[in-house]
Amino acid sequence: MIQKNLRAVIVLELLFPLTLLLFGAYHGVLQVLYRAGLIQDTSFLGIGYYTGLTAHGVINAIVLTTFFGVAFGHAVISQQLEQSVSAPAAKAGAALMILGTLVAAGPIFAGKADVLYTFYAPMKAHPLFYIGVVLLVVGSWVSFWGWIPGYLRWRRNHPGRKTPLGAVGIFATFIIWQMCTLPVAYEVLVQLIPWSLGLTAGVNVVLSRLLFWFFGHPLVYFWLLPAYVMYYMIMPRLAGGKLYSDFYARFVFLAFIVLSTPLGLHHQFTEPAISSGYKALHAALTFLVAVPSLLTAFTLAASLEYGARQNGGQGLFAWWGKLPYLDKERWLFPYLFLGLVIFILGGITGIVNASYSMSAMIHNTSWIPAHFHLTVAGPVFLAILGMSLYLSVGLLGKKIAAPAVAVSIPYVWTVGVFTFSAGLFYGGLKGVPRRTNLGMSYLDPLSDAYRPDWRIGEYIGAVGGCIMGLAVLLFFYVLVRSLASTRSEQESDSFALPVSEAYHDEDIGVVRNFRPWIVAAVIAILISYIPPLIQVLGANYPLVSE
Amino acid sequence: MATNSAIPDVERKVLAASLIFVAAMLGLIAYAAIRLGISVPTCVTGIKPFEEGELIRVGPGRYEAHVVAKTWSFKPNRIKVEKGSVVDFYVTSKDIVHGFMIEQTNVNLMAIPGAVNYAQARFEKAGTHQILCHEFCRAGHENMMASIEVTP
Repeated sequence: MIQKNLRAVIVLELLFPLTLLLFGAYHGVLQVLYRAGLIQDTSFLGIGYYTGLTAHGVINAIVLTTFFGVAFGHAVISQQLEQSVSAPAAKAGAALMILGTLVAAGPIFAGKADVLYTFYAPMKAHPLFYIGVVLLVVGSWVSFWGWIPGYLRWRRNHPGRKTPLGAVGIFATFIIWQMCTLPVAYEVLVQLIPWSLGLTAGVNVVLSRLLFWFFGHPLVYFWLLPAYVMYYMIMPRLAGGKLYSDFYARFVFLAFIVLSTPLGLHHQFTEPAISSGYKALHAALTFLVAVPSLLTAFTLAASLEYGARQNGGQGLFAWWGKLPYLDKERWLFPYLFLGLVIFILGGITGIVNASYSMSAMIHNTSWIPAHFHLTVAGPVFLAILGMSLYLSVGLLGKKIAAPAVAVSIPYVWTVGVFTFSAGLFYGGLKGVPRRTNLGMSYLDPLSDAYRPDWRIGEYIGAVGGCIMGLAVLLFFYVLVRSLASTRSEQESDSFALPVSEAYHDEDIGVVRNFRPWIVAAVIAILISYIPPLIQVLGANYPLVSE
Repeated sequence: MATNSAIPDVERKVLAASLIFVAAMLGLIAYAAIRLGISVPTCVTGIKPFEEGELIRVGPGRYEAHVVAKTWSFKPNRIKVEKGSVVDFYVTSKDIVHGFMIEQTNVNLMAIPGAVNYAQARFEKAGTHQILCHEFCRAGHENMMASIEVTP
């Protein structure tokens, strides 16, 4: 059972960022229209292209994901570790996160923080933008710290018992988050805020980028791992079966603690000031982090097969027909399953991005947003939508309205995001840049820079973006109607997340403790980051200001 | 539900297959980098950030381009070289971060203030290559561009 005194906090942490998502999604649709040259202007209805792009990134990729990670964490930890979450810490964390978001929203929507969520000094934003982001992140830390005493107590009270798998996954998520946000906290607190307040002359740009990208890639695992928790813990049960391998599930979460951080230089392949040898090391380590995802593909496919055969599935491939793709009672299943389907292409294109010399083909082209919309806007976003609906409806004791529509949403989204990405992949390989208001130059027939050969990719992208927008509208239709349904106190009290049993329930010591994995992570980080850090600090780059 | 301390055979095989797959991909990258010489920019220490953009002819068919990116233009803005030329591009920025991508080549660089980036390109075909800034650099970003004309 999910802890009763956390219900309000969890529901607030789900619904607050979803409200902001209305704007984030709205501007996603606008961006594809600008890029296709269908809006040829620097702004639309008073909001500039790059202001909207900043809000789209901050809301969708930082605010929504962080709030959701915390809210889902509260639900999983309190259910699996016997109501042990500190409610005061949860409330304080939520208050800080909401305050931080509101503080940052002011300068973003006033157009005083058009720096995109990547900060990219020496573009300067209003100090409140940076301060708001700090409060948001600190709020997530406080929420995480509120789980630790209860976890240690649970371990003491249950000697010899395995920590429940979902809790392992959530702790792995937030251990990664805690480690990777420290350097970026240094960047923001020591470099950016004093400079933005006018207290320092400028920023060591090379250093700031190294610190940001230390954070930038583990961030994607912070997005992804809550979805993995759902895949391992919940999806096999929804499919009518069991988790194929408990050991692999634990190994995957713990391996991510070690492997998700020492590889950030693969975002900096095309940059000066860092030796290609260090970049090659990070490229190799990036490939290593593909291993837990390959194991995941195996374990989840095996779990689905087991479930399908329990449902009467037969044959070598025919069993695929026996999964609850359109089952209105198990409407959550397609949100998880289709996310995995999307992630197959997201993962493969990620391997392209990691491939060192291939970076010259695709760096900063529209290939990159095409790729990450198949990850963060694929498995991550669908899992967030589905689970937000599931949790808020369940915790409030409501009934899901229009379940047929609820089932259809992930399908509409999948068609949309595949179409969108197809267009942007195609354009990216032709050299179309990302983060660019194309309608003002390259896709303006009256401009000297007009590129008619770039139209087709952007048109396909625009069609996909509009379908994605439609899926979001359908989602809000179902969410609002469900929340408006009659409340049942009894339903609310008995609500819990589905938890799968294990088919192979191995008991292997190496996955029974976080400590060795955290130690390994710290060693890997030191080996991979100390040499480039010494190189950058040794070169005495000037302080630069806008 | 069996509880035991052994990893089933099939799971060992999957782990081995995953590692072999990853090693094979890395082998291909190493081959491209070492044998084919397709690498990524490295730390350039031999040249200080320059103030002026210019194209320097260092020999027959050999050029050195010192490119300065500044909101929202590149200097030099129109580069002209003859077919078959090899050009060493050194790229820096005078203000904020910009991008420097030459279409239909492997030149794709970040222009960072205070640092110098480097890539080399050989131009085998006559024609014009567009150069574009591919990093957001505020309002005029989408109009920050230049070109290279390769004469026959």
